[in-house]
Amino acid sequence: MEKRIRVLVAKPGLDGHDRGAKVVARALRDAGFEVIYTGLRQTPELITEAALQEDVNVIALSLLSGAHNTIFPKVLELMKAKKMDDVLLIGGGVIPDADIPGLKAAGVAEVFTPGTPTSDIIEFIKANVK
Amino acid sequence: MDIVQELLAGSPRALSRAITAIENEYEEAFSIMQKLYPHTGKAHVIGITGPPGAGKSTLTDKLAKKYRENGKTVGIIAVDPTSPFSGGAILGDRIRMNELTMDPGVFIRSMGTRGSLGGLSLKTSDAAKIMDAAGKEIIFIETVGVGQSEVDIVKAADTTIVVLVPGLGDDIQAIKAGILEIGDLFVINKADRDGVERLNMELEMMLDLNQNKVKWRPAVKRTIASRGVGIDELMEKIEEHRTYLQVSGELALRRTQRTQAELLGLLEEQISRRVTAKMKASGELDFLVASIEQRRQDPYSVVAALLDDYLG
Repeated sequence: MEKRIRVLVAKPGLDGHDRGAKVVARALRDAGFEVIYTGLRQTPELITEAALQEDVNVIALSLLSGAHNTIFPKVLELMKAKKMDDVLLIGGGVIPDADIPGLKAAGVAEVFTPGTPTSDIIEFIKANVK
Repeated sequence: MDIVQELLAGSPRALSRAITAIENEYEEAFSIMQKLYPHTGKAHVIGITGPPGAGKSTLTDKLAKKYRENGKTVGIIAVDPTSPFSGGAILGDRIRMNELTMDPGVFIRSMGTRGSLGGLSLKTSDAAKIMDAAGKEIIFIETVGVGQSEVDIVKAADTTIVVLVPGLGDDIQAIKAGILEIGDLFVINKADRDGVERLNMELEMMLDLNQNKVKWRPAVKRTIASRGVGIDELMEKIEEHRTYLQVSGELALRRTQRTQAELLGLLEEQISRRVTAKMKASGELDFLVASIEQRRQDPYSVVAALLDDYLG
């Protein structure tokens, strides 16, 4: 079986705390995924363009800066413009529970907050990738 | 979407999808490559190899930007190792080439080695062909830098650049035999570190001793890629090599060798796959393995018989 699930892991904005993103990246690799790790200081434009070139199945954003209600909608807008409707958008980091329903209504597939086992993320991706 | 049509018309999305189809071995992969093949053979393919941490990605980023300044379109394939245990990979070379993402004249694709024994897979060459067909004039293939991939790169590239850094212990031990023979150009990156002079001298000495029948004597250039130092001079040398390849007829020779290697590699892979699949499906594989294990048969006779059966 040659097909691999490809995930883009990125940190948008100016938040420099990347330990969580790296932990998730490693867990995804150990689960057999190909992780395109684009690191810090990404913009929604950089993220979606890279996602297109890499033909990823999932975009996973790590946000600890509180800017999630701005960044996620912007990424979703760009994904729509680029016709990336078969790509899952997921997120993690410091995102208050109260904001999660709003994000999901906008199109974020799932949000994984601190304390979530990485296996949950892996199972979710496997179950929902198109 | 008609991937081939849209790719030839310049769609990055189609280019991206085509590479995925080849990598994942979708049904349409065969037909895509068939249709694109006549459009290949135009790009200059530059292989970049060397040990981990040498600065290959940073160097590729700087070279790509220079080529862009000169009006060329660029494709980059960044290869990273796939875990033989999990099948997964962390493809992290893009980080060093971040700014290039927004340049519409550049297309970057990260690929895992995906079980091709640490070497460069045929799929990497195929991805380069796809980028070639899509009109990218310069294509960089940046390899893992361990195992077989360093030597395999020559099978895919017109110009091979070996990137080294000073101070890796006993420098000459770090320069393995294969490396010296495959490099068309050697780059000592991070040239502001201790040990540059010594490494440069040792390289030049080894290259002098290594003179074979080819008329191109590999150059040794120094760069500090992170600061953009030495990039112009390196690019001049790359172009010099390209001219040499064309004028001497070496390019045609290498491409013929490459075509042969690819054809035979593809043939070998497909034969092995088909025979193995048949053996697994019929249960013959398990039977033979047990028989060999119990010394009722030996593997050599078994293979000879199989070949007679399947290939006649």
